[in-house]
Amino acid sequence: MTATTTTAEPLSSDRHAAYLVGKEPVLTARHVSIDYEVEPVVHAVKDVSLTLHRGEILGLAGESGCGKTTLAYGLNRLLKPPALLTSGTVTFHDQDGPDVDVVALTGDALRAFRWDKVSMVFQGAMNSLNPVISVRDQLGDVLKTHRPGMSRAERASRSAELLELVGVDPLRLDSYAHELSGGMRQRVMIAMALALDPQVMIMDEPTTALDVVVQRGILREIMRLREQLGFAVVFITHDLPLLLEISDRIAVMLRGEIVEIDTAEAVFEAAQHPYTRRLLGSFPSLTGDRGAFVRTGEGTGESQEGPHA
Amino acid sequence: MSTLEVRNLVKDFTIRKGLRRTRLRAVNDVSFTLEPGRTIAVVGESGSGKSTVARMIAQLETPTSGEILLDGTPSATRGRGLDAYRHDVQMVFQDPFASLNPFHTVGHHLERPLRLHEVARGREALDARIHELLERVNLTPAPVFAAKQPHEMSGGQRQRVAIARALAPGARFLVADEPVSMLDVSIRLGVLNLLARLQREENLGVLYITHDLATARHFSDEILVMFRGNVVERGPSDQVILDPQHEYTKLLLSAAPEPANHGRLREEVRRELAAAGAGEPADRDRFGTRGL
Ligand SMILES: Nc1ncnc2c1ncn2[C@@H]1O[C@H](COP(=O)(O)OP(=O)(O)OP(=O)(O)O)[C@@H](O)[C@H]1O
Ligand SMILES: Nc1ncnc2c1ncn2[C@@H]1O[C@H](COP(=O)(O)OP(=O)(O)O)[C@@H](O)[C@H]1O
Ligand SMILES: [Mg+2]
Ligand SMILES: [Mg+2]
Repeated sequence: MTATTTTAEPLSSDRHAAYLVGKEPVLTARHVSIDYEVEPVVHAVKDVSLTLHRGEILGLAGESGCGKTTLAYGLNRLLKPPALLTSGTVTFHDQDGPDVDVVALTGDALRAFRWDKVSMVFQGAMNSLNPVISVRDQLGDVLKTHRPGMSRAERASRSAELLELVGVDPLRLDSYAHELSGGMRQRVMIAMALALDPQVMIMDEPTTALDVVVQRGILREIMRLREQLGFAVVFITHDLPLLLEISDRIAVMLRGEIVEIDTAEAVFEAAQHPYTRRLLGSFPSLTGDRGAFVRTGEGTGESQEGPHA
Repeated sequence: MSTLEVRNLVKDFTIRKGLRRTRLRAVNDVSFTLEPGRTIAVVGESGSGKSTVARMIAQLETPTSGEILLDGTPSATRGRGLDAYRHDVQMVFQDPFASLNPFHTVGHHLERPLRLHEVARGREALDARIHELLERVNLTPAPVFAAKQPHEMSGGQRQRVAIARALAPGARFLVADEPVSMLDVSIRLGVLNLLARLQREENLGVLYITHDLATARHFSDEILVMFRGNVVERGPSDQVILDPQHEYTKLLLSAAPEPANHGRLREEVRRELAAAGAGEPADRDRFGTRGL
């Protein structure tokens, strides 16, 4: 099997095989294909099979438009027309009950599943907060809907606890979205996804608006909580250095297909697919050279403005 | 020489807690001077006041005290004077999804500032300018892109439209608040390289607000580090990144993702938890910034 041909199976190493031994799945996608039924049809996700294990952090990397968000929506049954899951299955292996056929969920069963079992932090979440409802009421709403037994005081203290977890002063409970900085809004959305102790969190570019100190603090909290609560995370980002640091495994997506999947260690030390290697090499380094970035105009700067950009 | 100077800028906000109100100093005594052809990067804590500085420069927010001086003259805050100021000082925002009106074509977005600032008059002249702008930001064929609506374009393409729009009046200064942070890395460098080229061509003074320390270093001449409303460190880019002085700057640099550290964070967390046993310390400094 050579790295340059497109193969049905993603590339992976022996280390990956060794990692998988004894792991228990929590979410399984089998041969999932998703189209956008527009003219001409976009085949956004092509025959993707992916298993998320209990307590695992799985990174999903790949450039803009490769289908990461579409796949994430498919996993959480959030696809809306013109998007259509044309084939494949998604199964959630509930810790507290029988397996759930995610694709077949509707109505109340679907509402109970989302947030409670599998929660999601949306890309651009910082702009999806409701502008006319305070942070207190937005967090409170999630708790009220899914935990009707909670008293008002319990909701308030849980909301404050959640904000603290993501490094936002609980004093901000009475703030509205426009009064928070971009990074604070993003953190409120992360707090919301944590609210119900889900078994799986799908996070789509959740930390792009955060400084690295806060980012690291939050990732640390998420990693600490998953050690304690055992939830699994699908972490989607184009920031491969970040993924390498936090993920147990990394899947690399290219034009709707997963082309490589391996442990973070193996991806860092011995990436097999040329595309993965290109992703690894394209960052300007903090203390070293400029990578593909050219400010002064000499060299290849213009071509680096890129055809896809 | 032409300059955009901010002098001792301060901004206070009021925040509510039930019926009580507290004052929050979002920006505390910030000063710097933008010059043609030079870039100042502002990095720092989330919530430290970076966007508030940008919004005050763009006259979207009124300073509590302090001054904004264009070529040495205090900037007007309304009327014709403000139009003239906007002619020279333009802004690119973080979110390429929200900053364009979904109901209008790309051409329409560019035509407005061209008309407003009387850069071009008449259908033919306007179209010629619109096409020229689109070509400069590599959105070609220009007539095709002029007819597109925002939802028909990728994030990177939308951000190029936002940049073209900011250039339309012939601005001399550009304030870019996290212009690439919502874009994938494959696109990020392209947009920054584009900004760098336009800066050279137009001799633009640029304020570049970012969370990305590596591009702050490579894209700018000077870096300002903000923490809780204050500029805690400033200096030539290489100096700030390679020889940081303030504790917060050091913390910021040490927190940057380092691929070679894969797995370390996980092991750290596990060790900590094992050490703490079942009981967890009630009051932890989650972000390491408490003592600063
Ligand atoms: N309209 C407002 N009303 C009240 N507080 C506000 C308002 N706008 C901003 N703030 C507060 O001012 C402080 C600075 O916010 P600002 O948006 O400038 O931060 P920032 O440095 O851009 O952060 P980020 O990196 O997260 O975008 C924050 O505490 C924020 O909540
Ligand atoms: N509403 C839509 N209609 C048509 N095509 C879409 C729509 N949303 C996304 N696409 C296309 O699907 C592909 C995958 O998009 P997306 O999942 O958003 O990628 P990523 O999250 O990896 O950037 C892209 O080619 C994109 O243009
Ligand atoms: Mg996406
Ligand atoms: Mg901001």
